[in-house]
Amino acid sequence: MADVTLRKVIKRYDEVEAVRGIDLDIADHEFVVLVGPSGCGKSTTLRMIAGLEDITDGDIMIGGDVVNDVPPKDRDIAMVFQNYALYPHMTVAENMSFGLRLKHYPKAEIKSRVTEAARMLDITDLIDRKPKQLSGGQRQRVAMGRAIVRNPKVFLFDEPLSNLDAKLRVQMRIEIKKVHQKVRTTTVYVTHDQVEAMTLADRVVVMNHGRIEQIGTPNELYHHPATRFVAGFIGSPAMNFLPCRLEDAGGQTNIRLTDRIAFPLPPARAARYQNIPRNEKLLLGLRPEHIAEAKGYPEPGVEPFEAVLDVTEPMGMETLIYFTLEGAQICGRVNPNAGARDGEPLRLAVDLNNMHLLNEGTGVVL
Amino acid sequence: MTSTVVIDKAAPTRQVKYGSMSRDRTWALRWSYFFLTLFAIFSLVPPLYMLITSLKSSAEISAATNPWWVFHPTLSNYAELLTSNQYMRFFLNSAMVSVFVVTITMLISVPAAFALSRMRFWGSATLATGVFLTYLIPDTLLFLPLFKMFAVFHDWTGIQLINRWYVLLLVYPTLTVPFCTWIMIGYFASIPKELDEAAIIDGASWFQTLTRIFIPVALPGLIAATIFAFTVSWAQFLYPLVFTTSTDQLVLPVGIITTLIKGDVFNWGQIMTGALLGAAPPLIIYAFLMDYYIAGLTAGATKG
Repeated sequence: MADVTLRKVIKRYDEVEAVRGIDLDIADHEFVVLVGPSGCGKSTTLRMIAGLEDITDGDIMIGGDVVNDVPPKDRDIAMVFQNYALYPHMTVAENMSFGLRLKHYPKAEIKSRVTEAARMLDITDLIDRKPKQLSGGQRQRVAMGRAIVRNPKVFLFDEPLSNLDAKLRVQMRIEIKKVHQKVRTTTVYVTHDQVEAMTLADRVVVMNHGRIEQIGTPNELYHHPATRFVAGFIGSPAMNFLPCRLEDAGGQTNIRLTDRIAFPLPPARAARYQNIPRNEKLLLGLRPEHIAEAKGYPEPGVEPFEAVLDVTEPMGMETLIYFTLEGAQICGRVNPNAGARDGEPLRLAVDLNNMHLLNEGTGVVL
Repeated sequence: MTSTVVIDKAAPTRQVKYGSMSRDRTWALRWSYFFLTLFAIFSLVPPLYMLITSLKSSAEISAATNPWWVFHPTLSNYAELLTSNQYMRFFLNSAMVSVFVVTITMLISVPAAFALSRMRFWGSATLATGVFLTYLIPDTLLFLPLFKMFAVFHDWTGIQLINRWYVLLLVYPTLTVPFCTWIMIGYFASIPKELDEAAIIDGASWFQTLTRIFIPVALPGLIAATIFAFTVSWAQFLYPLVFTTSTDQLVLPVGIITTLIKGDVFNWGQIMTGALLGAAPPLIIYAFLMDYYIAGLTAGATKG
């Protein structure tokens, strides 16, 4: 068990800077997920922690020791790969015990560790099989078992569920969480899937273009994104962004979307945004769940309007609606009984108590 | 009353569409069989003729009878060769040379291929291409400079290598090492990178990664390379012809030609018998390892 610290870590390949100065503190026992689009440097960061890539500059510490020049085998880490990377000529038990056998552990100890890990992962029956006789999900369990038996300081997961089908992915996600609850090993997990990141992580690190955009708990990232990138990346369907500006009229502050559409801001929001110049180009960020069908009664901060729906997507427990506002496609979530139909108008309401206001130029959430 | 299950007897008739996959396939198979049969006949006729001739006495071979039939079969050619010390010496020389060459080749080319394909170091890609290029130089060009090298070596050190069977242990690897290294580079390249990364994280050294992961996983490729090296050493003719002359230093292919052809007298019966017996060891090895051999040569094709 150990904490992991990255200090101004940089990775440069010839001309390209893949990782541009990352600072990250991962506490003991913590489950941290690195998430971002492909090419954001998340896998490179993980591989640098593993020691599979040299770092160009900065420091990586595991358990307080700088490991920049320590080879992978001496870092006391275990890694689970996207394609499982099981040794095809070894049985499940041999795969899991390979690391221990290399370190000349006593046979009895190896056996008890493998048995324990197999029991935890529910693969006891498969212990004598070869990898090619296993399904994708079973292979992934073996790969995890191989990591668990080593009892390392840190677990590293590199997109471990990407090769599985959607249903199995959800199931294995829960398995991984259960395993972490049992063994409590510090874990760094890389994925491009924001749902995986949200569901697994104690803290999520959102990366983009080799930099950290924001670090926070899943709820912090969802409700208080720091940048437009995070706001748009976390959450599905993605947050809506509408060009807007603020204006003062009749003693109150309005948010003006178009010449025809403007909503009065709730008092708390008006106070928060009072120092923003009134002609500045802004973006209104609204999550789909904050654009819903209008209730029959007024609520503070919830402003009704009417829109003609382009497309509706019934999901069962909710219906996603899409309409166009000033050329931009907007997504909302309404009750399945709200009467949303393709091509027909519907009375909607925006919940401005949960709005986000962003600077259009810098992308910073204000 | 029990309920009856009605089975529709009118099973749908199979319709062969014009230009369908199955029709194309049928024709492709017919042509394949046709040409394969032609090829098989073409390549099997010479050994068959060897077999027929080996069962004849010298008198019958020179007689004006049907050469494709044995009228008085005899095993005398076999008996004579297998009791001849000289022939057994050729056989033993060939066996020793081949076994040693295969061993030397594998000891060099497997680690070399591993290093060139995995331990990315400065110039490794150029070196890998260079290894293959050396294979492209024909032995007919190499034997003269090699001969000169051994002569100079003798002048400098006083150690005579020419006309010793073990000189072939130095010469044959110039043919086998480049090709086997190339085969193994291709085979190792088909092993996913994550496998050695997993091994390294599990605590394996480079050497352990090679011996405990790569060699077992690449076993079919290894066997293909072994068979190749064996076949090349067993069948090589030019180098032993050039580098060895004394009868007790000769290997099988050269031995048969030089001792069984006396002036313009061709002892055809024994030549054919000797060649047939000489072809047996590679044949037996192929038969046993055929499946591995095919898997090894086609590995790169399917795994990309």
